[in-house]
Amino acid sequence: MSMSLAVKTENLGRVFRLKRREGKTPRGEPARKEVVALSGVDLEVPAGELFGVLGPNGAGKTTLIKVLNTLLSPTSGRARVAGVDVCENPAEVRRHIGVVSGGETSGYGLLTVEENLWMFTQFYGLSSREGKRRIAYLLDIVGLADRAKTKIYHLSTGMRQKMNFARGFLTDPEILFLDEPTLGLDVQTSRLLRDFVRRWMEEQRERTILLTTHYMQEADELCGRVAIIDQGTILACDRPAALKRKLQGSSAVRLQLVGVEDPQGLAERLRELGALTLSEVDGHLEVDLILERDNAIQRALGMVGESGGEIVGLQKREPTLEDVFIALVGRGLSGEGR
Amino acid sequence: MRLRREGALFLRTVIGRAYPRMVGLQREKSWLVFDVLLPLLQVSAFVFIYRAVQAPPEFTGFVVLGGAMTAYWMNVLWNMASQLYWEKETGNLEIYMVAPTSRMAILLGMALGGMVATTVRAAAVLILGTLLFRVEIALTDAPALVGVFLLTLVALYGMGMLLSSLYLLFGREAWHMSNLLQEPVYLLSGLYFPVRSLGAWAAAGASLIPMTLGLDAMRQLLFPAMTDFAFLPVHYELAILGGLSILFVGGARWALAYMEGVARRQGRLTVRGQ
Ligand SMILES: Nc1ncnc2c1ncn2[C@@H]1O[C@H](COP(=O)(O)OP(=O)(O)OP(=O)(O)O)[C@@H](O)[C@H]1O
Ligand SMILES: [Mg+2]
Repeated sequence: MSMSLAVKTENLGRVFRLKRREGKTPRGEPARKEVVALSGVDLEVPAGELFGVLGPNGAGKTTLIKVLNTLLSPTSGRARVAGVDVCENPAEVRRHIGVVSGGETSGYGLLTVEENLWMFTQFYGLSSREGKRRIAYLLDIVGLADRAKTKIYHLSTGMRQKMNFARGFLTDPEILFLDEPTLGLDVQTSRLLRDFVRRWMEEQRERTILLTTHYMQEADELCGRVAIIDQGTILACDRPAALKRKLQGSSAVRLQLVGVEDPQGLAERLRELGALTLSEVDGHLEVDLILERDNAIQRALGMVGESGGEIVGLQKREPTLEDVFIALVGRGLSGEGR
Repeated sequence: MRLRREGALFLRTVIGRAYPRMVGLQREKSWLVFDVLLPLLQVSAFVFIYRAVQAPPEFTGFVVLGGAMTAYWMNVLWNMASQLYWEKETGNLEIYMVAPTSRMAILLGMALGGMVATTVRAAAVLILGTLLFRVEIALTDAPALVGVFLLTLVALYGMGMLLSSLYLLFGREAWHMSNLLQEPVYLLSGLYFPVRSLGAWAAAGASLIPMTLGLDAMRQLLFPAMTDFAFLPVHYELAILGGLSILFVGGARWALAYMEGVARRQGRLTVRGQ
């Protein structure tokens, strides 16, 4: 057992068995009875790291967090949090962690922001006075100080989310899990929260955060290391810069096209040259290509010409984490097409 | 040291969870109508029936007491039993389950909060009913009365905690279940008539509902003339209530741990809208 590891998973897997009626497709195709949400996940997160898990919808991010939080049993493999096995001693794991998820709707509408947060601090044994002090401090940080006495059914969704975000930090957990903390928040608020996360990590070196997101920029900006996950498997895990460096030999190109008669056909052919995503933007077709060799641009342009399309824009960019993802799975982070 | 810290955490959790129940139930302004006036109407109906058939005047007090206790039963049924299910649906369960505190403390907090809030309602029904219908009380043994009352509440809310744990994995059926239980229990627990009239076997069965024996005992202690209608002697009823309390609270503890394990394995602990 290594105490310096905040999280360690070995060959972690989770399969959901569906009830038959849930599994049936509308066309009456054979029912799928199992969903593999996680498979063979090996992760090591040392204490003090801000670790990101980046993946599209349904990748298994929330499942991973729930297993580590003791809310869900794994169906295979093992997981340790703060050196404690989540299956063997879940109660001990809970003493070390905090959890917030962006989609959360928790809280009692008839209570005020302050009252809701106070109740929460009591479950962690904080004295009322210490609890209230921290509540005031954190509400100030997330910009809800003037709403402390507002009943939470009067809050907007975003405000409620800020309240829950503050809640995560109230008890000063050793290891904090943030499941898409900025989901649906506006740009300014997201930035505010990210800044706070960064500061909080700098305050004490042994604090650990495991954060999931499907915003590649968030992972890039914030995380020391990022694991890229898709369909329950970790495809790559490294520092953002190192992940991007793997694309160094290749180049990321964005083409803006008009007049392409058969976009899918063109996509099919371009795929020979590298991974890509396709989308409609403002009346033209936008193709993001990760070309494996620089000289492939020539061939790509040729293919576009043959398709009857006309190039109205061409940019060569620095690779982003999104490109890393595209190169790994052959499609964009937010699902097919984009 | 550790034990003391755990004890303090347990207490803080109970109070922390009880507080929103007390405040929340008071902030819902409609409580005066739904929880006091409606039960009083029902009480009035029975009072008039008993008067019409020229039952002994003690029956009035008998019914008022039943009306007051109804408030607790409603609270257990509608707020306590389906509580964990609702917490799951609203997204709060996740927070409780991840907190490093005792789940029983959380359940107890819910029960305690509900009990306190309901006592306001029950007292309102009792006082208004007593004044309106000029109920005469002949209190014979105050400590016994307090004992019976408290034990009844412990057993009753213990039952609520047990139901709550069992409901954890329920979907929408939880609501139907409560609906299903409401009327039969009204009947069986003898809220408005002496439970003895059900016959010994039915009354014995109904005794599983803590309210039945609690009411029977309290009525004997408040209206000595009603002893003729009593089901069992008070001290028996006290003993059985004590047994029920242990059974229900212990059962709740077991059921919660069991259900939690199942839910965690099936992946249904925090899944909504099943
Ligand atoms: N309780 C459950 N029962 C059945 N299947 C589930 C359950 N929870 C998750 N799944 C399935 O497991 C897979 C992974 O889901 P998960 O919620 O972990 O994805 P995610 O990466 O968090 O996605 P998102 O970005 O949409 O939040 C999905 O296919 C999902 O349908
Ligand atoms: Mg998720």
